Amino acid sequence: MARSGRGFNSISPAEKVVRYALLLVVLVITVGPFLWQLSTSLKSVSEDVFTQTPTFIPQHPTLSNFAEVAKTIPVWSYAGNSLIVAVLVVLGNAIGATFAGFALAKLRFRGSKLVLGLFLATLILPSEVTIISQYVIVRGLGFADTLIGVALPGAIQMLNVLLMRTAFLSIPADVDAAAIIDGATAWQRLIRIGLPNVRGMLSVVVIFSFIFAWDDFLWPLIVLTDPDKYTLTVGLQYLNGTFSSNPRLIAAGTMIAFLPIVVVFALLQRFFFKGVDAGAIKG
Amino acid sequence: MTHKRWFTPWLLIAPAAVWLVVFNALPAINTLILSFTNAKPLGGGTFVGFANYTRMFDDQQLVDALINSIVYMVVCVPLLTLLPLLLAVLVEKKLRGIAFFRIAFYTPVLASAVVVALIWGWLLNDRGVINGMAEGLGFLSEPLPFLSDRWLLLLSAISLTVWKGLGYYMIIYMSALGNVSRELHEAAAVDGAGPVRRFFSVTVPGVRNTMLLISVLISVFALRVFSELYVLSNGTGGPGGRDMSLVMLIQLYGQGLTGHLGYASALSVLLFVVTVGPMVFLARLNRKES
Repeated sequence: MARSGRGFNSISPAEKVVRYALLLVVLVITVGPFLWQLSTSLKSVSEDVFTQTPTFIPQHPTLSNFAEVAKTIPVWSYAGNSLIVAVLVVLGNAIGATFAGFALAKLRFRGSKLVLGLFLATLILPSEVTIISQYVIVRGLGFADTLIGVALPGAIQMLNVLLMRTAFLSIPADVDAAAIIDGATAWQRLIRIGLPNVRGMLSVVVIFSFIFAWDDFLWPLIVLTDPDKYTLTVGLQYLNGTFSSNPRLIAAGTMIAFLPIVVVFALLQRFFFKGVDAGAIKG
Repeated sequence: MTHKRWFTPWLLIAPAAVWLVVFNALPAINTLILSFTNAKPLGGGTFVGFANYTRMFDDQQLVDALINSIVYMVVCVPLLTLLPLLLAVLVEKKLRGIAFFRIAFYTPVLASAVVVALIWGWLLNDRGVINGMAEGLGFLSEPLPFLSDRWLLLLSAISLTVWKGLGYYMIIYMSALGNVSRELHEAAAVDGAGPVRRFFSVTVPGVRNTMLLISVLISVFALRVFSELYVLSNGTGGPGGRDMSLVMLIQLYGQGLTGHLGYASALSVLLFVVTVGPMVFLARLNRKES
C-alpha cells in the first residue's frame, strides 16, 4: 500500500493536474458567458458581432456603447432607482430582522412560540402565490407605481428573521446571564452582547437583501408602469423588447446591472464564505 | 433597579409582525377569497363560486404551462441534484487558488435572472456565437431556432436555470460535505476503494438528506419559474404563447387595470397547491427517519 505512506490529504501530481483541468473547464462554462457579454459590450460599431469566427478580444475596444445605451433608455437613473430600492430593503431587513430575531431567541414572553410558528409557516408560501394580492394591498396604501411600493413587501423578509434568530440562539446562555444579573435592559443586551456576536449572519442578511432587491424582476414589473421609474431589470427587458437590433447596447446594459453586484459581493464575500463554513446557508 | 417591561419583546417584534400580517398573512387570505370572485382592479368583485376553478379546465395555455412545469422539473431535478455535488467535491480540496474558483462558480447565482436571460439570449441568437460556431465548424447547415421553437425555447430556459443554479446548490453541498466523516473516507481508501467508489459509497450516503432537500428545493423552484421564460421569449411566452409558465399566467391575468384578479388568484392557489406537494413529501420522509 504505497498510498498510505503519504497523509490522506496530500494529492498526487496526476490528481492535481486532473483537478485543475476540471476546474478550468467549469470556469469557462460559468464565467465564459459573462466575459463574452463584456467583450460584446466593448466592440465598436465597425466590428461585425454576428460572425461565424467570433473574436473574443474586441478589435477596437470602446466605451461608446455605454454612452449609447444611456441615450436609448435612462439607464443611469434606472440604476439609481434600483439602488434606492436596494438600500431601503437592506435597511429594513437589517433592522427589522435583527430586532425580531433577537426577541424570538433571547427574550421570554407569552405567545413567543405561536409567533415563531407563524414566521415559520410563511416559508411554505412562495412569494409568487401572494403577489397579486400584495399588489392590491400596495395599491390600496397608495404606493402603486412608486419605488417605495417596490421596496415595501421585501423590506422585512421572514426568512431573514429566522436566520437572525438562529444566530442569536448560538450565543452561549451564560454570556447573557451575566448581563442579566448586572441588570442590563433588553436593549443593552441586544447592542452590547447580541450584535457583536451576530455580525457574520447580519452580513449574510445584508448581502442577500441587497442582491435580492437589485436582481428582482417580477415584482417591480407588476408595480411600476411609468417608464421613468423603472428599476434596472425592468428597464433592460424594455430595452431588449424595443431595441433588440443592436446586441452591443444590450450587452452594455447588462454589464451596468451585473458589475455592481460583483463589486458588492467581492467586498463582502469573506463574511459569506465564513457563514457557509459555520453552516449558516442551509437553503 | 431593572424594570422588566412586558412590552419590550413586542416592541422589537412589532415591525416584523406588521410585515408578517400585511404582506404575508393578509395577501394569502385575500388570494383565497379573490379566487372565488370576478374581481377587477377597478370596482369590487362579486362571488362567482368555483367558476374561476372550472375555467382552468378549458384553458389550453394553462395545460401548456403545466406541461412545461413538468418538463422543467423532470430535467432540472436530476441535473441540479447531481452536478452541484460533483462541483462541491471538486472545490472541496484545498488547492492553491481554490477560493477564486469557488467565488467564480458562484457568480451566475449573483446575476439577476434578467441579466442571465439576456446574456443567453445573445449566445443562443440565430446569429449568435453558439449557432455561428456550430455553422462555422460545419455541425449545422442552418441555425437552430433556440428562441423561436416551442421545445427548444423551453430547453434553453431550462439550461439557463441549471447553469444559474450550479453555484447555489454547490454552496449547500459544501456545508453538507463538511459533516461527512473523514475517518470513513480514510478507511475506505485504506481498503483500496478508488475515488469513484468512495464517492458512491461514502460521499453520497453522507449527503443523502441534503440531496433530498435540494431536490425538493429545485422542484419548487422549477414550478415558480418566471424571468427566464419571460425574458428569453421577450414577454410573449414563445410561439403561440405556448412557453408560458404558471407564474407568467398569473402575471398576465393579474397585471394592469384590465386584469382578471379572480382568475389570477385561482391560478395562485393552484401554484400553492402544486408547490406544497414536494414540501409535504420531504416533511414525511424526515418524520419517517426520526
